[in-house]
This record gives sequence, structure tokens and C-alpha cells, in this order.
Amino acid sequence: MTKLKTQSLHKRNSDLAKANRQLEILSNGIFRDGELPTFAQKIKESGQFPLRPNKLEVLQINVGYMCNQVCDHCHVDAGPDRKEIMTWETMELCLDVIRNTGAHTLDLTGGAPEMNPNFRRFVDEASKAGIKDFIVRSNLTIIRANKKYYDLPQFFKDHNVHVVSSMPHWTRGKTDKQRGDGVFDASIEALKMLNDVGYGMPGSDLRLDLVYNPSGAFLPGDQASMEKDFKKALLDDFGIQFHNLFAITNLPISRFLDYLIASENYEDYMYQLVDAYNPEAVANVMCTNTISVSWDGYLYDCDFNQMLELKVASKVQHIKDYNEAVLNDRNIIISQHCFGCTAGAGSSCQGSVA
Amino acid sequence: MSYYDPKDLRKFGDITQWSEELGTKFFDYYGKVFEEGALTAREKSLIALAVSHTEQCPYCIDAYTKDSLQRGVTKEEMMEAIHVGAAIRSGATLVHGVMMMNKVNKLDG
Repeated sequence: MTKLKTQSLHKRNSDLAKANRQLEILSNGIFRDGELPTFAQKIKESGQFPLRPNKLEVLQINVGYMCNQVCDHCHVDAGPDRKEIMTWETMELCLDVIRNTGAHTLDLTGGAPEMNPNFRRFVDEASKAGIKDFIVRSNLTIIRANKKYYDLPQFFKDHNVHVVSSMPHWTRGKTDKQRGDGVFDASIEALKMLNDVGYGMPGSDLRLDLVYNPSGAFLPGDQASMEKDFKKALLDDFGIQFHNLFAITNLPISRFLDYLIASENYEDYMYQLVDAYNPEAVANVMCTNTISVSWDGYLYDCDFNQMLELKVASKVQHIKDYNEAVLNDRNIIISQHCFGCTAGAGSSCQGSVA
Repeated sequence: MSYYDPKDLRKFGDITQWSEELGTKFFDYYGKVFEEGALTAREKSLIALAVSHTEQCPYCIDAYTKDSLQRGVTKEEMMEAIHVGAAIRSGATLVHGVMMMNKVNKLDG
């Protein structure tokens, strides 16, 4: 049985639940007084301003902020108390786009996307659209949360879904610290269930990738080395297999920003991000190949901008008016949180980019 | 007021300003040492963490605690590494006890 850590910032009426308050923090202090350069200044130095999209490759749809977990560093501020859920009407608008998009990857995220009451119907319809790579971001514990979810591994298999799951560490202590008591054991059980139907096995077409993000105010290590360590530990200790590990940097927004400020790590963390700025990562940053759709159908440069309520700078701002050519002719909206995606080897929902 | 300011660690690279050739050589060497070799970068990080403690260098402790965390090292592994350093340090003290014993035996045996 997993135990919730806390409530969402929204439920707690925290000041940091407000997007404009987060943006204010990210623009003030060390960035206002010039101690650190802003993201715009940095990409100007490397001749990459304004940031513009390349070819659209990934359509990422957030089907709702409800989740069975309340993880420390969730950039969505997701939790059981969040009520923002995509309706079937909006899903139908998304399906029209999915059937006609030039993107090769469809990426469903949340919250726990499986908690949307129309999740299975949506996956069923979307899987008929012939998208090359159909990702569902599953937090793993949802598979063990309730009997009604026990058949999810088979459901994913039946729809040839590519499962991408969060796993902060191969040890119980570090995982439960970040995600709640019991999360590690439930995740291990869920991974075994996925392995049992063929997910993550060597040579299997049923893709199972894990996402690692640090449990505190530090950057992720080298993705390939971490993958090696994760693979060895999960196989030796539990007989679990998976394909790839995506190492993702925590961006300083929402609950992670709240944590950084409360633990007096904010300035040091921003220094780390700025010091590790890598212009090569800017060239491949995910907002250049992704459109993010929110539960209510609005369009964003990425899931992080969605949480900061920064809609795309385009006359097309909603899925009902979707037009890929018009959308691609836009400037990407940036702020200091973007340093999270350009640090070191870079970071995206698909892991390192440089 | 402390002699050590954690922010000074960010200025470590500035030592090159007053002796460019030596500073550059040092940082080139330093970078090379920590590259993946016969030992993994993770193993080197743990050695560095243990030595940081035997050297009692606050900057190094800050740096290699963070570096270890980044490489997925657990707190149990970090503490064991420090005990290795502590054992060598205390062992180095105690092994000199043989000198004391030799001297006692010579003077008062």
C-alpha cells in the first residue's frame, strides 16, 4: 500500500501554486540584479535567440493532473486532489489532430493518465491512427493501486503502447523519500507485471523505458552510466529488465521550486544549471520538436510552459483551431526554468539531448 | 564569520588568473584524472569523497557529496567510503604505537 506524502500546492493554497508567482521568482533576485545571466541572454550569446521550432515530431497530450501519488518534485503539482481532467469532447478534438499530424510520436502524460475515465477509449481510438511511437507515461504504482488497473500491462500490449515509467532510484529508501512510502515495492511489482507480458525484455518490441530524475537539489549524472547501474541493480535484485533509462533534470518550477526555496537550495541550484549551460543542448531542446496539449485543449511549447500557463505565441492557441504550419511559425516562450533543459547533456521527456 | 565561504568554491577556476600556465595545467590534469578509465567515474567520486574527509576540505566535501549523489551513490555507500578514510587515518596513528613500543622496550625493557 503506498502512502501519500502530502497535498498538492493547489490544495494547500500555496503562493507557489500560482504560475505568475513562480515566473516572478524566476525573473527576480540573482537574475534581476545581473548576478546570473537570464536564459535569453545566454542563448543570444550563442546566436540561438529567438528560439524557433524545427520540424514537429512529438505531440504530447496531458489528459489531466489527477494522480494517485504526490511526489516531492512534481512539476505538474499533480495529486488525488487535482480535478483538471480532459473531457471526451476535447479528446475527440485531439483525435482529429492525431489522425492528421506529421508528428511521429504521440506522448500521453498526466497526472496518472490512466485515471482519466476515458483513458482506454482514447488509447483505443488513438492507436488506430498509425502513429509510429505511441507513449504512455505511467507512474507504475497506478497498475497496483486498484484491481481495475491490474490488466493495464495487457491493455498496453494489446495497443502496442510504449511504456515510459518513473523510477527515481534502484533502492527503496531513495525512491520512497521522493515519491511516498511503499512506492518502491509497488513499482517493482508493476515492473514485474510488465516484464511478464513481454515489456522491457531484450529484443522485445514492447518498449519499456524508465525515467530517472534526481531526488534532491542536484543534477542527474551521465545517462549511459546511470542506465548501466539501474540495469544491473534491478536485474540482480529483482530479475527486472527494461530497455532505456532517460535521465531528466528537475526544472525549478512548481513543487521542485517550492522544495528548493524551502531547503535554501534555490540559488545554488540555479548556479549549477547556468554553469552547466550547453549550447549544443539548446539546438535539440524538446520545445523545438514538441507541441504540448493541456487537459482543456490549450497548446504550449512544452509541459513545463503548460504548468507555467505560458500558451504558445501563435494565433493558434487551442486544439480546436490546430494548424501545424501556423503553429510551427512561432517563437518559443522562454524563462529561467529553461536552463533545466540545457544543462550538461541536456534534458527532455526523452532524456539527454546532447 | 567563518574562514570558509561555500560561495568561494564557485571561484576555484579564478586561481588561473594569477598563474595561467600552472592553473590551466592543474585543471587539465584534474579533469583527466576524473574521466572514466580503469576505474569508473562513480568509483573515483567515492575515492574523492573519502579523501575529502581525510583532508578535511569543506569545499571538496561539498563538491564530492553532490557529485556522488549525481552518480546515484547511496548515503550508505558514502558513509562506508568515509569509514575507509577514517580507518586509514586512525590506523596511521595507531601503527605508530609500534614505534612507541619499540622505544619503551629499548629504554625500559
